[in-house]
Amino acid sequence: MTAPTTATDVNQPSLEHAPPAGRRMSWPVLCLVIAGALALTSLVRLITGADGITNVSQMSTALQLAVPIGLAGLGGLWAERAGVVNIGLEGMMILGTWFGAWAGFQWGPWTGVLVGLIGGALGGLLHAIVTVTFNVNHIVSGVAINILALGATRYLAPLAFEGRSGGSAKQSPAVDSLGHFTVPGLSDGLSDLNDKGWFFVSDVAGLLGGLVTNVSWLTLIAVALVPATWWILWRTAFGLRLRSCGENPIAAESLGVNVYKYKYLAVIISGALAGLGGVFLSIVANPFYLEGQTSGRGYIGLAAMIFGNWMPGGLAIGAGLFGYTDSLNLRGGSANVHALLLLGALLLVIGAIWLAVRKKYVNAVITLVVGALVFAWYAGTNEVPNQVVSATPYVITLVVLALSAQRLRMPKADGMPYRKGQGK
Amino acid sequence: MKKFDKERVLLAVAGPVIALAVAFVLSAIVLIASGKNPVEPFALMFEQAGFSDIQVLIVNQASMYYIAALAVAIGFRMNLFNIGVDGQYQLAAMMAAVVGAHANLPAALQVPLLLLTAVFTGAFWSGIAGVLKVTRGVSEVVATIMLNAIATSLIVYMWKPDVFGVKVGNNNTTGEMHESGWIPGIDMGAAGEIYGLVILAVLLGIGYWIVLNRTRFGFDLRASGASESAAAASGVSPKRMVLTAMLLSGAIAGLAGLPILLGDTHTYSLNFPTGIGFLGIGIALLGRNSPVGIAFAALLWAWLDKASPELDFHGYDKEIAVIMQGLIVLSVVVSYEAVREWGLRRQQRRVGAELAAGHVLGANNTTKEVAGR
Repeated sequence: MTAPTTATDVNQPSLEHAPPAGRRMSWPVLCLVIAGALALTSLVRLITGADGITNVSQMSTALQLAVPIGLAGLGGLWAERAGVVNIGLEGMMILGTWFGAWAGFQWGPWTGVLVGLIGGALGGLLHAIVTVTFNVNHIVSGVAINILALGATRYLAPLAFEGRSGGSAKQSPAVDSLGHFTVPGLSDGLSDLNDKGWFFVSDVAGLLGGLVTNVSWLTLIAVALVPATWWILWRTAFGLRLRSCGENPIAAESLGVNVYKYKYLAVIISGALAGLGGVFLSIVANPFYLEGQTSGRGYIGLAAMIFGNWMPGGLAIGAGLFGYTDSLNLRGGSANVHALLLLGALLLVIGAIWLAVRKKYVNAVITLVVGALVFAWYAGTNEVPNQVVSATPYVITLVVLALSAQRLRMPKADGMPYRKGQGK
Repeated sequence: MKKFDKERVLLAVAGPVIALAVAFVLSAIVLIASGKNPVEPFALMFEQAGFSDIQVLIVNQASMYYIAALAVAIGFRMNLFNIGVDGQYQLAAMMAAVVGAHANLPAALQVPLLLLTAVFTGAFWSGIAGVLKVTRGVSEVVATIMLNAIATSLIVYMWKPDVFGVKVGNNNTTGEMHESGWIPGIDMGAAGEIYGLVILAVLLGIGYWIVLNRTRFGFDLRASGASESAAAASGVSPKRMVLTAMLLSGAIAGLAGLPILLGDTHTYSLNFPTGIGFLGIGIALLGRNSPVGIAFAALLWAWLDKASPELDFHGYDKEIAVIMQGLIVLSVVVSYEAVREWGLRRQQRRVGAELAAGHVLGANNTTKEVAGR
């Protein structure tokens, strides 16, 4: 009896395992991969002596830089899951920075958070009106919103900030801090452990230490929003309906879902999240609004979301990667970056071996050659220009997209125009 | 056909006119809301347009906007969104500046060399996105956004003194270009000089029209943009068209920074204008991807740019012009869409009425012009 069943099991292309390998990793595998990456980083740290790469303060900076990118990415996720491409995230973030600081310096930082959120949501509402009601191309509308938000804040900033103490036409007066917290005991202990320089243990301690030392309350909220988004979108009826609008609005409509309503809600929430990312920049990362503060983070958030395959977890990893490379740049550490070249070379070699095992010999050889070149770069130089570091996240995103674009799956009706009753 | 033409022209004009009116009204509301006179700023800006030195500035600025918008428009005609024009023109201008500072040929060779450098740099940078799209299916929107960011890093790297950079005070430059590569301006007396490469912008516009409307390639391009599957069925390779359109778009984008580089600054410094690529998107939309429309849109944009600084002297903030640009783009896209849907509905009603009256179907089928040619 047993033999035939196994045979059919093997031959049957079962539905659960239909997605290509690597798309959906189980938790143990994911943990193993992360642990492996950490171990490799640790090894590189020991070889090169660049202690900075897994430092507590390095990790804490990385987290702070990752938060606005992650929030923008979450904003993109909400909109795109409902089928609306939101390239106006940048503009909504700009609105968030301005409104957050404007309310923040007058009525306290928490009011600033709320008002910044509303500012972003207003940008989202405008995007929803233009794309959902008027059915304009989503990208075009987003670009227009970016221009408009930039102009509006540049126009409003002198009116609101000039003449106040510490304010100018391009900068707002200082906003009070939201407050930080450091988990007592744990932070010091991890910091001590991190200083020991032990293989692996110290690196894990550095990573965890960054998560519990000097964390802003807004950071905590932002981190909590990732699982919260996952739960709402994938575990509630509301989320299912919202996602159905992004996958097949006509089918959703036939089941009685008010597609317009869900699209509107999703895009407004998307704007609010991007606005929150902006607030983080103008209240937590800096205690003031500064013109050009977002510097393209909205676009990077979008990239992080695509990198993460339109899933909250992947998005968080993408944002973390961007934040980490940004922090390397910010904290100088040319030596640290140089050390990471070795890590890159090692990763490429491992990738080549993996490809060879999977019998993709041509790709394996190419990867190996690239790895060798990176190693030669590492061996032949003593430091790396800063610009290489600032370009790294973008190059990585391009490479990841090039390698996995066919495996990425965006919501099926993402960016498509929709009219009620068009399926009849 | 003749009978319909007048209404189609009306429809085509209605979009931008409604949009501009709405944008002006909305900006006036913004002005009233901030406690200012809603009419005077516009009066001041219109007055500015009458001064010949401002006119020269407007024409110069518009030439760059025009070229950038043409680059975007080529993509739009093919349903491609080249958001990377910004990175392409900056990188291309920088490469041209670097080549111009190091190579020193006679002017007859130097100028073509610089133009080609810019064209190839722009095409190379957009070509990366094109190749990724064709071979790996990467969305050109995301790829070009990434390439913009990489271009910024690359430019900062090339500004380093040990690469191609020359420090002038606090400013990063690429060093002065050799004079053989300078393009003399058209002297307008006291008003200043019009960049010589404004002529290039005009030629590009004519070339754009000829290629798109009078060649087989242009037809293929527009057909692929209108319906990729239909074009593929008639023997046009969509992949080849995507790559060609992307390369062409990047090549034109590469020229966008040259009027000011070869006509005025002669070096690529921190003061070099940025963001022209993004503005080009709005201008291409406003001009409906037509070479004449884009020319008007570019002049309008340049006017808003160059006439607005005067507002600062009269107690207004010149940023109102940026708000206007944003409002114009937004109301333009909305009104185009609304007018288009209205036109479609009208036509449907008309055809329905004619069918009911027993006319032959298809005699007045104007919207299917692409397929009908």
